[in-house]
Amino acid sequence: MSKHLAAVLGTGQTHHASRRTDVSMGGLCREAIDRAMADAGLDWPDIDAVVLGKAPDLFEGVMMPELPLADALGATGKPLIRVHTAGSVGGSTGNVAASLIEGGVHKRVLAVAFEKQSESNAMWALSITPPFHMPVGAGAGGYFAPHVRSYIRRSGAPDHIGAVVAAKDRRNGSRNPWAHLRQSDLSVESVLSSQMLWDPIRYDETCPSSDGACAVVLGDEDTADGSPGSVAWVHATSMRTEPTTYAGRDQVNPQAGREAAAALWKQAGITDPLSEIDTAEIYVPFSWFEPMWLENLGFAQEGTGWKLTEAGETGIGGRLPVNPSGGVLSSNPIGASGLLRFAEAAMQVMHRAGEHQVPGARTALGHAYGGGSQYFSMWIVGTDKPGGRR
Amino acid sequence: MTDPDVAVVGFAQAPNTRQTYGTTNGVEMLVPILHEVLDGTGLTKGDIGFWCSGSSDYLAGRAFSFVAAVDAIGAVPPINESHVEMDAAWALYEAWVKIRTGQVDTALVYGFGKSSAGDLRRTLALQLDPYTTAPLWPDSVGIAGLQARLGLDSGQWTEQDMAAVAARCRTDARTNPHAQISGAAEVSELLAEPYLADPLRAHDCAPITDGASAVILADADRARELCARPAWITGLEHRMESGNLGARELTTSPSTAGAARAAGTDGVEVAELHAPFTHQELVLREAIGLGDEVRISPSGGALCANPMFAAGLTRIGEAARRIMDGSARRVLAHATSGPALQQNLVCTMEGHR
Repeated sequence: MSKHLAAVLGTGQTHHASRRTDVSMGGLCREAIDRAMADAGLDWPDIDAVVLGKAPDLFEGVMMPELPLADALGATGKPLIRVHTAGSVGGSTGNVAASLIEGGVHKRVLAVAFEKQSESNAMWALSITPPFHMPVGAGAGGYFAPHVRSYIRRSGAPDHIGAVVAAKDRRNGSRNPWAHLRQSDLSVESVLSSQMLWDPIRYDETCPSSDGACAVVLGDEDTADGSPGSVAWVHATSMRTEPTTYAGRDQVNPQAGREAAAALWKQAGITDPLSEIDTAEIYVPFSWFEPMWLENLGFAQEGTGWKLTEAGETGIGGRLPVNPSGGVLSSNPIGASGLLRFAEAAMQVMHRAGEHQVPGARTALGHAYGGGSQYFSMWIVGTDKPGGRR
Repeated sequence: MTDPDVAVVGFAQAPNTRQTYGTTNGVEMLVPILHEVLDGTGLTKGDIGFWCSGSSDYLAGRAFSFVAAVDAIGAVPPINESHVEMDAAWALYEAWVKIRTGQVDTALVYGFGKSSAGDLRRTLALQLDPYTTAPLWPDSVGIAGLQARLGLDSGQWTEQDMAAVAARCRTDARTNPHAQISGAAEVSELLAEPYLADPLRAHDCAPITDGASAVILADADRARELCARPAWITGLEHRMESGNLGARELTTSPSTAGAARAAGTDGVEVAELHAPFTHQELVLREAIGLGDEVRISPSGGALCANPMFAAGLTRIGEAARRIMDGSARRVLAHATSGPALQQNLVCTMEGHR
């Protein structure tokens, strides 16, 4: 437990789309920021510091874009930190912002994360081959497909589990007004008939490339207690990293993810995550990662995560609704995707998730991962103060 | 001013050189200094509660260079780790915050940059507004030249003042075994040199450097165990300015002044300033309010070795070293980022309390 409590006071996000050519990078960020500030009921003089997260600068072709964006981010005259921890960066951005309050340094902090993939070419950015490194060459799908194949072989999961996740997340996304893909008519059968891209990952089981931004306003205990609306108290945060490759590394169920989750549950005083977490926003860019992360996070025993998915327990109304927002499969502005998971978790326990609200949600998980399944960041937020205090 | 509950207890830096032959992910520079800084405190990697680094993908010419840098640690079992796409002085800031939350008691911070891998002046032009400014490719030396010219024309400094900064730094660097440039220098000799980019001569500009540095932080209890004379952090503040060069008054540094005021600079004996250009040291001294009694950058400063994304952290390490070796009681370190001193950090530290 940290020395000072922190809480989410407000969240905001953009409409996510393939090409937001109607706005600049600053305009994109500002859409999310203005919505988060309004949601929190705060104005610029209230903000002590800004934390900006995004994935590699090569995705937009700007070196440290927070420098030219300082005015748009409202950071001029204030402290700004730029976080970059690969695909988990959005989550790390939330965690670093929370730590500024938990460490007693600031009272109100604005966390912003964005990606404007249409400015450059992410496939190119990911395919530069430095000397002495194993080339990826096929983007993220080609990199992760063998991990999925290995999961299927190890767990004995039936072939349609990925399609169950994809159909569910896209249906959820159709209830989220901000989502990039809103496909209420997707079914397990239609997903299974979509084109195979990276065997065993089909087209409809793949995240889109999105332009988008997310912003979260966090405050200290006094500010949160005085907030006009509901808040989401930060109960626990964790981050873990392991190398991309080493002898004996388990890339399907990475040790860094297991240890990050264990630290998170311990910090929050949770002993049975499946019973004690009401909903989870988990970073699932390819459908099969839902059962894989359910196991990695400790919601299910190794090899059994797919059974929760198959039984419908991860849908809204199930035991553990996963990605009621539609998740990364419905919107993937890469650098912002992690903060969107964290923000959506907060929206659930603040009961501000609208049509994709999980009824009665009081404790929620936000999760992000990045690199070659080697960077993990997570938080738990709750309607009540940590330790059951009201 | 904050409660000095966190201290610097160790510092190491790689040789600062014009060109290393290692990879751009810094591993070859980092492995020796991570060992050195851990050995200096008697800690092992398993003892470190939090890791945080600073580096730039654009400098490395690839995405995720910091991911490969983690190979320098040997992060098995996994570590609690974060990274900033900034000078590692800001990684130290994140680590300082992390220790203050009470979640961890030690942190290892490192930064690295291999500037020789590309054309640094042009690469840094990509830090400018991508829609209106960067397409014109105003490079980093050119922008600093505009800043220097503004100060010269307004009478705020002279070319002699600028050369005097270079002469002092080079002379001081003679006692710094890690310096890239050093040697006795007379102002008149320096002024006889040709311009590199009018009004800047070569001595006005930091060299292009490959390098890395590392610092260990500890909370109050651990710091006393790990170090005879910890450098207690008494103030750590940073501020951002507009990214629009035309909207800034370039001959002053309000972000530095604001950070220094908030950190508290009374009684500072030594100040390590991250000034990649001679006139920027003059701007910084004015902004912080450093008088003639304060010893400025006794290491030779960034003008004698400027490893991008590590040089700011190195300033903190060099200043802390003066506390740890007992030669100063109260010190200040400064780090900068962005074109023409856009973003600035001030760290004050003191000895025995």
